[in-house]
Amino acid sequence: MNVWIAIGVTAVGCYLVKYLGLSAPAGVLERPLVKRLAALLPVALLAALTAQETFADGGHLMLDARAAGVAVAAVALVLRAPFLVVVGVAVVVAAGVRALGG
Amino acid sequence: MPEQTQIPAPERAASAGPPARPDSAVIRDALGVGIAVGLSGFAFGVTSAGAGLTVLQTCALSLLVFTGASQFALVGALAAGGSPLTAAAGAFFLGIRNAFYGLRLSALLDLRAGVRPLAAHWVIDETTAVTLAQSGRRGARLGFTVTGLSLYALWNLTTLGGALGAEALGDTAAWGLDAAGPAVFLALLAPMLTTAVERATAGLAVLLLLVTLPVLPAGVPVLVSALAAPAVLLVQGRRARAIGTAARTTDDREERR
Repeated sequence: MNVWIAIGVTAVGCYLVKYLGLSAPAGVLERPLVKRLAALLPVALLAALTAQETFADGGHLMLDARAAGVAVAAVALVLRAPFLVVVGVAVVVAAGVRALGG
Repeated sequence: MPEQTQIPAPERAASAGPPARPDSAVIRDALGVGIAVGLSGFAFGVTSAGAGLTVLQTCALSLLVFTGASQFALVGALAAGGSPLTAAAGAFFLGIRNAFYGLRLSALLDLRAGVRPLAAHWVIDETTAVTLAQSGRRGARLGFTVTGLSLYALWNLTTLGGALGAEALGDTAAWGLDAAGPAVFLALLAPMLTTAVERATAGLAVLLLLVTLPVLPAGVPVLVSALAAPAVLLVQGRRARAIGTAARTTDDREERR
């Protein structure tokens, strides 16, 4: 049930911000500071989420096959690989490292 | 996947400069984005099912939330044991930027009040990018509609496929699929890291997460890391003001001579 609560709150919240943006009179959210913060918030959140999903094991930090997969994904990004390739190599490398007992 | 595309400058679309492009060219661009990104719903389906959500819950997210990064954030936080409200808070913060896309699109699309509630659901990175790249209202509306329709349809179909596939596989970690989530976040983040301010924000956010993860309840460290954004803006503002003051002092001295 907890999961459905999270889904419901997220769906309503995300829809409302989309609708408010499309309906608000121009200039309402045009303050430079607000715009800069809105652009920078996703950067902070995505960086934190990447780190959490790579190194977290419950409430502990852990270095395992995921880190190897994400490291190779980073190399693929630097080489400008398409999105699906980036995700694909991360999965293959993590599976390989785990198969080798990593 | 949603949220990777760079948004072009709105001035290009708003000014009457370039002549309107033929409908076929607009449709081709829109379908290209819609199909490429729509296919990555598969990665979401697999990640969500691997995080322990049912097929129904996974599909509900793609149907009702329909903004990729927020969906990945939610299932990641739930998998880590976060409470539903902290998980939803992280996903909501990521979705806030869609409000700013809507602000830019509303004048371009000039939708009737009756259509707006429906169109709002499709206001995401990709539809915004395609719409802003068009000249003229007709092109903007066509680009928005074709991108939204193709992306929404494919994203939901591939979500279902990924969720069913993950269920058939059993232990998704053994297949390395637990590396898909962080790889997606990294791919979403990479195009945003263009200036020193953005890199500093990302670095500080990672540091805050690693330090707080062992001591704070699940889901909270990500929210704490979000403070990296205002913190970096504050430091940058102070520095800009300090430089401004220094420059003014120099000017005064020059004038006195």
